[in-house]
Amino acid sequence: MDYDVLIIGAGMSGLAAGIRLAYYGKRVCIVEKHYRVGGLNSFYNLGRRKFDVGLHAMTNYVPKGVKLAPLPKLLRQLKLKAEDFALCPQQMSVIKFPNKTLRFNNDFDFFVQEVVDNFPRQADNFQKLLKTIFEYDELNLYTKPVSAREVVSSIISDSLLADMIFCPLMFYGNAQENDMELGQFVIMFKSIFCEGFARPQAGVRQILDVLVKRYKACGGKLRMKCAVKSLKCANGRVESILLENGEVLTAERILSSAGYVETMKLLTNHNSSDFNCPAGQLSFVEFILVLNKEPTEMGYNATITFYNNSDRFNYRKPDELVDVCSGVICCPNNFQFESLLPEGMLRITNLANFDLWNKLSEEDYKARKAAWLETTLKEVVKFVPDFRDSIVFTDIFTPKTIHRFTSRINGAVYGTPNKTKTGRTHLDNLFICGTDQGFLGIVGAMLSGISMANLHVLQKM
Amino acid sequence: MTKEQIKATILEIIAQIIPDEDLSNLKGDIPIREQVELDSMDFLDIIMELRKRYGIEVPENDYMQLATLDGSVAYLEPRMKNL
Repeated sequence: MDYDVLIIGAGMSGLAAGIRLAYYGKRVCIVEKHYRVGGLNSFYNLGRRKFDVGLHAMTNYVPKGVKLAPLPKLLRQLKLKAEDFALCPQQMSVIKFPNKTLRFNNDFDFFVQEVVDNFPRQADNFQKLLKTIFEYDELNLYTKPVSAREVVSSIISDSLLADMIFCPLMFYGNAQENDMELGQFVIMFKSIFCEGFARPQAGVRQILDVLVKRYKACGGKLRMKCAVKSLKCANGRVESILLENGEVLTAERILSSAGYVETMKLLTNHNSSDFNCPAGQLSFVEFILVLNKEPTEMGYNATITFYNNSDRFNYRKPDELVDVCSGVICCPNNFQFESLLPEGMLRITNLANFDLWNKLSEEDYKARKAAWLETTLKEVVKFVPDFRDSIVFTDIFTPKTIHRFTSRINGAVYGTPNKTKTGRTHLDNLFICGTDQGFLGIVGAMLSGISMANLHVLQKM
Repeated sequence: MTKEQIKATILEIIAQIIPDEDLSNLKGDIPIREQVELDSMDFLDIIMELRKRYGIEVPENDYMQLATLDGSVAYLEPRMKNL
């Protein structure tokens, strides 16, 4: 055997799993298709400007000293210090719906008060909902899926409040259209409202740099531009790994962060009856706008604005290229940084339709990007100060871009709606980690890699 | 290693995993996880650390025997006496 464990994908989950395994003496190799680490949370440069993909804000932020929360758990597991990620907390975020606004920051009591002030008749119901959330064991890998919409609407009788609670949770980590699995709901509720948002001044690079350094220092091997072509199976196991370059590798166990359906499609003579799991449908377009001033100079102090302008919040694959009825406006400048970022920036994220983007001709593709930018800007300036005259640079990525760089089917950033919580597949030595295992967000992805490495490798071999 | 040395080693490993916890009053006959904030992932690290440092293999089925400090010493004594 070439390796004890081969990990497919050098994103947050693959790197975190790799650190655990390498630290405890396993021979580990991470193979990454792209020339850059990060997967769904990566970065790029255009000219002198640096951009993040994925990370708007890291959820699950708790200040140093809090012990029982996902972030400190993961730091302990990776033997990292709280300072290593250099996280700076958010200022204030808002959920803006027609005629109602709810603000939240990293102080949960503040959010509870906002709900009580804005929905006084739901105050008792909201307390009941909190009780349900806190009593739920979201880390149990063996619970049956339950509809969060049903549970929430049985407690909260005002659909506007229910929609406002769901909006950020869905945008930041839900693979299912219009509903959410209760466990996911609880995880996301805690990570966003009870814990909170933060960001390193240097963006996602900070986190990835720390992970890669740690992984290499533990003796892990990282191979870039190294795509897996197929996984050869025999006797209910993966026997060998064929790379695109023709090389063949062998490993005792394989952890794949490529996505569940994506991984199954790598199996030689795969049979879709072996994996009854739909591909994800939800993807996004993002408009990245560089400004010639700080957003605070225009009176805009929010870190993240989640908006919706229609009667009900619709979280689903749109019938058009982009759905501007709802969206997320992220201001990377509005965190409690030690110094200002080089330029002002706003990032607008909307639901988008992969198929429609994918079938456009190159010329149409460019034209539609420009046209939808105008449309979305017209919409978002109803929720933030009109910044259109301050835009000095624009970049746009679509579901097609996401698909190209991450190989996710349909550019579905949150993967399939049917999560494989145990990480097990029908093959004895092949396991799923990351997005399709089901712990979402950056902290969730790292915890997924850690728990799958613990459960399927360290406890077994 | 003597029993005392084994106990000191376990405490030192726990201290490394959860440096902010006070371990001075840890009782030997009560599960460690009931006395300090140590979750199942941290508990796994005690076992992993024993393997990494001393090559001691603790099969998954035996994990429960290491739940208390006294239990850990009893379990590890035959495995660590020649170290």
